[in-house]
Amino acid sequence: MTADFRLPRGGRIDRDSALRFTFNGLSLTGRQGDTLASALLANGVHQVTTSIKYGRPRGIMAAGVEEPNALVQVAEPFAEPMLTATTVELYDGLVADGLVGHGRLTDEPDPARYDSKHAHCDVVVVGAGPAGLAAALTAARSGARVVLVDDQNEAGGSLLGTDDYLDDRPSDAWVRDVVAELDATPDVLLLNRTAAFGAYQDGFVLALQRRTDHLGFDAPRHIARHRIWRIRAKQTVIATGAHERPIVFGDNDRPGIMLAGAARTYLHRYGVQVGRRVGVFTTNDSAYVAAIELAEAGVDVPVLIDARHDVPPKLGAECAARGIDVYAGHVVTGTEGRDHLTDVHIGSLTGWHADTVVCDTLLVSGGWNPAVHLFSQLGGALRYAPGLGAYVPGERLPTARAAGSAAGAFEVTTCIEQGAGAGRDAARAAGFSPGVEVAVPVADARAEETPSAVLWSVPGEPNGVFGAEYVPNAPFGSVPDDARFVDLQRDATVSDVLRATGAGLSSLEHVKRYTTIGTAHDQGKTSGLLAAGIVADALGEDLADRRPTTFRPPYTSVPFAALGGRDRGELYDPVRVTALHDWHVAHGAEFEDVGQWKRSRHYPRQGEDMHAAVLRECRAAREGVALMDASTLGKIDVQGPDAAELLDMLYTNMMSTLKVGRIRYGVMCGIDGMVIDDGTVIRLTEDRFLLTTTTGNAAMVLDWVEEWLQTEWPHLRVFATSVTEHWVTVPLVGPRSREVLATLAPDLDVSNDAFGFMTWQDGTVAGIPARVCRISFSGELAYEINVNAWHGLALWEALIEAGEPYGITPYGTETMHVLRAEKGYPIVGQDTDGTVTPQDLGMSWAVSKKKADFIGKRSFARPENLRPDRKHLVGLLPADPTVLLPEGGQIIESDHLPEPPVQCLSPHSPAGLNRAHRVVAQPPVRMLGHVTSSYDSAALGRTFALAVLRSGRERIGEKLYVPIGDQLAAVTVTETVLYDKEGARRDG
Amino acid sequence: MQLIPCPWCGPREEVEFHYGGQAHVAYPAESAALSDEEWAKFVFFRDNPRGPFAERWSHAAGCRRWFNAVRDTRSYELLAVYRPDQERPVTT
Repeated sequence: MTADFRLPRGGRIDRDSALRFTFNGLSLTGRQGDTLASALLANGVHQVTTSIKYGRPRGIMAAGVEEPNALVQVAEPFAEPMLTATTVELYDGLVADGLVGHGRLTDEPDPARYDSKHAHCDVVVVGAGPAGLAAALTAARSGARVVLVDDQNEAGGSLLGTDDYLDDRPSDAWVRDVVAELDATPDVLLLNRTAAFGAYQDGFVLALQRRTDHLGFDAPRHIARHRIWRIRAKQTVIATGAHERPIVFGDNDRPGIMLAGAARTYLHRYGVQVGRRVGVFTTNDSAYVAAIELAEAGVDVPVLIDARHDVPPKLGAECAARGIDVYAGHVVTGTEGRDHLTDVHIGSLTGWHADTVVCDTLLVSGGWNPAVHLFSQLGGALRYAPGLGAYVPGERLPTARAAGSAAGAFEVTTCIEQGAGAGRDAARAAGFSPGVEVAVPVADARAEETPSAVLWSVPGEPNGVFGAEYVPNAPFGSVPDDARFVDLQRDATVSDVLRATGAGLSSLEHVKRYTTIGTAHDQGKTSGLLAAGIVADALGEDLADRRPTTFRPPYTSVPFAALGGRDRGELYDPVRVTALHDWHVAHGAEFEDVGQWKRSRHYPRQGEDMHAAVLRECRAAREGVALMDASTLGKIDVQGPDAAELLDMLYTNMMSTLKVGRIRYGVMCGIDGMVIDDGTVIRLTEDRFLLTTTTGNAAMVLDWVEEWLQTEWPHLRVFATSVTEHWVTVPLVGPRSREVLATLAPDLDVSNDAFGFMTWQDGTVAGIPARVCRISFSGELAYEINVNAWHGLALWEALIEAGEPYGITPYGTETMHVLRAEKGYPIVGQDTDGTVTPQDLGMSWAVSKKKADFIGKRSFARPENLRPDRKHLVGLLPADPTVLLPEGGQIIESDHLPEPPVQCLSPHSPAGLNRAHRVVAQPPVRMLGHVTSSYDSAALGRTFALAVLRSGRERIGEKLYVPIGDQLAAVTVTETVLYDKEGARRDG
Repeated sequence: MQLIPCPWCGPREEVEFHYGGQAHVAYPAESAALSDEEWAKFVFFRDNPRGPFAERWSHAAGCRRWFNAVRDTRSYELLAVYRPDQERPVTT
């Protein structure tokens, strides 16, 4: 059913435009300036979707972000879930569908751009309604830098939804003047379509700007669709207005039931009458104005039901003059209708009178809730204002103030006065003297005459209030036992709240989680306070004595894409590549990520998988010559007269005795005695060392050195500098490495006598100045050649060429791992996990006995560290030499897998918990340790593993088991060194 | 996001900083002389007050220098920042 509900005049829409759109498969037309909701209502469409739990028809209830019902999924131009029809600006070609609670993320890649921008200012004003505009203008006139953000497509706030006059002109003339002056003032930034969603410490406000959504298919690709504004302000003015509060009654959820203020907005902003025959139900004067204005626009308004006994005299008389019957002391007790409201049941609060009124629309107003969200997010205490039935800011904050409706003021001139005051105070607090005062205009708006009443929920039974003739009409989906809905999005009712209090819950935070009220997309903007009021009534308490739930960011939903901004795809995290990276790519390397580095994992040849490639690369390193790119190793230059003293404290080994020209392997521990890193230390001069670290720990180790230097031993004259990327490091490995190096470095004596293990020499390799170190991480004869990174590729290519007669083979990290594991060399972070000491690794030889102290030393003497059943690093040989143990696999003594200690009910077992299934099973099998590294070895002709194992060194020779799925693999515990135990190969 | 006033750089966003735990916990001069219990106190035990707390911070993504701060753990407000070699200032 569609019909024309657009009034012949009025509204801020372009009546010459025609925007075609499709909603729930229906082809409709709207106008430029419409929201999806106003365009639907203009076509007579109230129902948007059905509810999540009971499948009840649900329509448009509000005109802004507080909308609880009208969730839509936009399909075109780009699929976006979970938007509210009341906030989607209409554009030509829009395709959208109503959503039942859940959205669907598209699996298409999002082609749009997102970004973020910083803004620094003296005063940030949130909300460009009467209060916010006055605040911004006052602050701007004082010379302060001002940022004014507003979530609507134009400034004006609540004025957009009225036909009020200010100083005898339509209010938009006042708005236009203020905006024009703001635009003309330097250092003022006015951001429309920008919703502040979070306010944080130190004047930090986050806002989401929707820059191109309203352009639909015409959105330019080069403009970021959404922008996150990161605003840092000295002072914050919160002028976020108020949300109208509904009243709960039987079947209060039918399409056609909406907030009274929303109907005013649809009337004045969009030129839409929300119904043909409109009833009004209120507890306050504001809905009288809606009734009168609709009647003035030619809408049939038969009845206004006021829960108060005292009718406002002037407003009441205006209603009477327009033929609106005012029922004082009456409430709505129920409604009828299937997919749209048809009848409203009313009754007097005293119970003597009941009637039914035919209406297609019912406007509801239970009062107004100041939008205190941002104030509360800032930690501001809230105070319950009994006259409003709502929370208002309850304290002064040093850097933030609320003004206007957000502070509980609802008359437009009061809002402007408060805004101007807040703007002046904020600017003054930011150090600016007031400028020309903003004149408060004279308003023609109707004044409040009679105080509001507070009514959360119409009293009565769940299934009808006044008599048995009324039965809730819920033929859709499952039938609720109560049709008095508190949270329409969650389908949560008064009975749900009472079940929570009946179960003993009294804290609102608990009730919220028990009932899910306030946890939907709208975060309870219309329902939260109703629930609080119903709980307080049920417990016989006063809301003033109860704590409100805490408001947390975000105020409105924020797409993750916007938060991600530019940080996605290859910009998600920095990618670090070595100077040789392009060579690796050109030669077919497969890469792995090590920290932020891309490292060559292996270099598969045609038809090879990783397993085959690694076996080939290992063989080359053990039998011929091979080389790898080890440039990612962390390198720290440590220099100064006290460098040796510092290193003696940082390493478990003695470094001060290291001679210039020599290299020592070193282990670093935390103060708890656990290994944190290892590497080599090269003494370059008496007061200069070069440290290497594991690739992933380079930054951590530099931080560690700096921490001790700056905080504990600032008297030490030492500087530490990262030089990781200055050097390209190429280990030349294998029995033929000496011959290859000799060809390229004729002036270097590479013999074992002249160039011994763990020494270094400067020389020229392939014509390039180089530092060559006799370091081996494979057990083979090896030379680690370091050159300036600029010359890295030249060195690499020269080595490849010189090694060609020997079948030189590039190898990757996987082969490096196999080679080092065959020799029992642990990798910190793979074979250790922060609970492993050097002694656990079998490296007592690297722990100095001579030094008086070093970091970790005292902890080695702790009883816990002396336990004989600590986990030791050991080797494991599977009984079946083809079985590759899974890294992380547990090691157990038992030769069979027992039943799991907790039995799970299979989905096919009879419903209900059967006690027989809950028998406590045997205690769990004792885990003795786990596999840390596991490989297939070309040199050993079999698989092997490293593991940490309880009392591991005492268990060498024992047979244990590692579960692999449902199977058990038998393993024999061995020493860690499985290849070349006597170390005969390192000197070639 | 909080601003942290680095004593050398001025106020910067908290993501630039690295937390370093309680301040004024000196590395023991004679660790060997400590009992196991005393040593364990040094390694594992730190205060966790409700209110002002002196702690170490490093401007890790800025000047990379360490400093101390007195922070109110209830409000996160930084009551004072000072160099590592300075005494804890009196805060109210």
